[in-house]
Amino acid sequence: MSGAFQDAVAALPDLVRAHVLLSAASLAIAIAVGLPLALWAAGHRRARVPLLGAVSLIQTIPALALLALFYPMLLIVDRVAHLALPALGFLPALIALSLYALLPIVRNAVAAREGLDPNVLEAADGVGMTRGQRLRLVELPLGAPVLLAGIRTASVWTIGAATLATTVGQPSLGNLIFSGLQTEDWVRVLVGCAAAAALAIVADGLLALIESGLARASSRRTVAGAALLAAMLIASQVSWGTGAARERVIVGAKNFSEQYILAAALSDRLDAAGYGSEAREDLGSATAYRALAAGDIDVYVDYGGTLWANVLKRTDTPPAPALRVALTRELARRDGVLVLGPLGFENAYALAMRRSRAQALGVRSLDDLARVAPQLRLGSDIEFLSRPEWRSVAAAYGLRFAATRSFSPTFMYRAVADGSVDVISAFSSDGRIAALDLVTLADPRRALPSYEALLLVSPRRAHDARFLAALRPLLGTIPIERMRQANLMVDRDTDKKSPAEAARWLLPPGR
Amino acid sequence: MGAAPFLELDAIVKRHAGRAALDGVTLGVEAGSFVALVGPSGSGKTTLLKTINRLAEQDEGSVRLIGRDVRETSPAQLRRGIGYVFQGIGLFPHMDVAANVAIALRLAGVPAAEQEGRVGELLDLVALPREFARRRPLALSGGQAQRVGLARALAARPPLMLMDEPFGALDPVTRDALGRAYRALHERLRLTTIMVTHDMTEALLLADRIVVLIGGRVRADAPPAALMHFGGDAEVRALLDVPRRQAERLAALGAGR
Repeated sequence: MSGAFQDAVAALPDLVRAHVLLSAASLAIAIAVGLPLALWAAGHRRARVPLLGAVSLIQTIPALALLALFYPMLLIVDRVAHLALPALGFLPALIALSLYALLPIVRNAVAAREGLDPNVLEAADGVGMTRGQRLRLVELPLGAPVLLAGIRTASVWTIGAATLATTVGQPSLGNLIFSGLQTEDWVRVLVGCAAAAALAIVADGLLALIESGLARASSRRTVAGAALLAAMLIASQVSWGTGAARERVIVGAKNFSEQYILAAALSDRLDAAGYGSEAREDLGSATAYRALAAGDIDVYVDYGGTLWANVLKRTDTPPAPALRVALTRELARRDGVLVLGPLGFENAYALAMRRSRAQALGVRSLDDLARVAPQLRLGSDIEFLSRPEWRSVAAAYGLRFAATRSFSPTFMYRAVADGSVDVISAFSSDGRIAALDLVTLADPRRALPSYEALLLVSPRRAHDARFLAALRPLLGTIPIERMRQANLMVDRDTDKKSPAEAARWLLPPGR
Repeated sequence: MGAAPFLELDAIVKRHAGRAALDGVTLGVEAGSFVALVGPSGSGKTTLLKTINRLAEQDEGSVRLIGRDVRETSPAQLRRGIGYVFQGIGLFPHMDVAANVAIALRLAGVPAAEQEGRVGELLDLVALPREFARRRPLALSGGQAQRVGLARALAARPPLMLMDEPFGALDPVTRDALGRAYRALHERLRLTTIMVTHDMTEALLLADRIVVLIGGRVRADAPPAALMHFGGDAEVRALLDVPRRQAERLAALGAGR
């Protein structure tokens, strides 16, 4: 418990810095784009409706989806224009959050301009103000309270939505929230939420001070608010850690405990070898591989069957060694990606049931399951039902369930434990299989491919001898039992460990 | 009077949606005169006034101020030399009375200390107590606000004043008082004034020349006394009949008939 708290707090300074930088930059862009846009719309009545419609439309896209959309969009732009844009991390998060912040800023700026008394504007022209003077002396001060209310709304939204940047590989306070959710480390989730809320409250409070200063024409309040805001921004960006110039490498992870643990283990190794490692966590399955191929991440762990089906679009299921050889050849040829080798364990999709339930129904294999499946409910993780593996296994055994439900992995195990579902799409390396007394069902028709854990290296690092030398000692060193045990340490409810602690247990430093 | 007039409007045409709002208006105004532009709603009188300080742009014709086309000067620069007072007043609500009055001086870059002294003089001029300087526009009555508007227009000592229904929103007593006060200022400061009004009585009592505008054309142009004996145009006579009948009726009432 205290270990988890310390781990979470230790991660805070870097995450706060990244979070503040991202939020502030997004807001700055939204203001820089939104205010002139609103000003322009004020002079072009016919442009106003489509403009407000467009920014409202952006707002209807869920923030998470908007962030996710920019990854493929930037990849396409990159491919068409050869701009070498980073498609993962800061840039997509910045664009998505800036767009998201536009609505309150533009809407309030337009409202502020429309709320001005036309007599006052006529008087401003009548006394001989230039357009700039009218804007500075009359329109801005009179519109400021409404304008600033929009900026306040945008800043609170942006600071909140910036937690979602984690999903496109941009570090933010969302790292604590997402990894905490996956590992049921509620301390971590709370630390992340509290920090994000605190940032939002502070930013809102300081902007409120500026707003009241402008509304009461008190320059003291305005200046004090602006100065405090600037001071907070600068303070958050000061680097508290050691600033030694290390070569930066980026370790990717998908969104479950095993991936966090392995990413932490990889980071430990690379840091020990003199690199400065950064994590990009909570990547989607397809995103992770594309990010590696594009060089946005340098190394991560993926599973043979996943790559086979999703990347190479193959539906056959060769045995593990043949699959690995084929993958190594194909990925190198296609994308220049290096399959460094297997870690030693397999994390296969396997259908699992509670032992008591399986015995009562007489189910030992998928053939047995097919007979009783129409009376059973299947719980799966969020992607399983749309994956080719599911289509292949369902076709091979003629599986049809009474109902199917999707869960995040943690809740899926909960659901099978409390009987909400009968069968789940489990992962063979999951510690909870033993902990919850589940049995995995045999696959006599070999419909599911091998899911060896493989260490994948980006094209950029594929010929970096020092980098490869740092990672090679990991190959073949993690048997399935140890991986299950490490996963359980993170996933269990009592005596919970953080992924970093589990990584140190799994691969003690200096081994 | 051999020299060119102070202000010349030459064949001004302005169209709104194909219809001529001003249909070739030509007018010369002597320095120091007080001209009332009178006409019914939609006669084009406000538009004509606004072509002088370029708040409206004519489609044809030219406006010359002291021999120079106003379009040769930038709108902001031009307007700083012309006082403008209108029915909406338009005091800046976020500035106090002093800042409102001094705005033209501030735009002209007059030092702050000098501005302050001038604000006092201007408040005296429009008969407002000097302690009003620190008040906010919202705390003023309609009459007080228009006095401030007048002071603001006079601040930069413009030779020409353009007034668009300046007293239109005021109650009759305030309106009469402010009208006479302004006429006195006009004399004292040797201003040239062009005032738009739809109230013929006000025009007859304040101005020394009345230009009647109907349908975007000048239909009568005469001093008040001469206009009372106007014999032409029926529409113009109809405008004059209103004050005349009212005066006769009031006189009759006064005589106890």
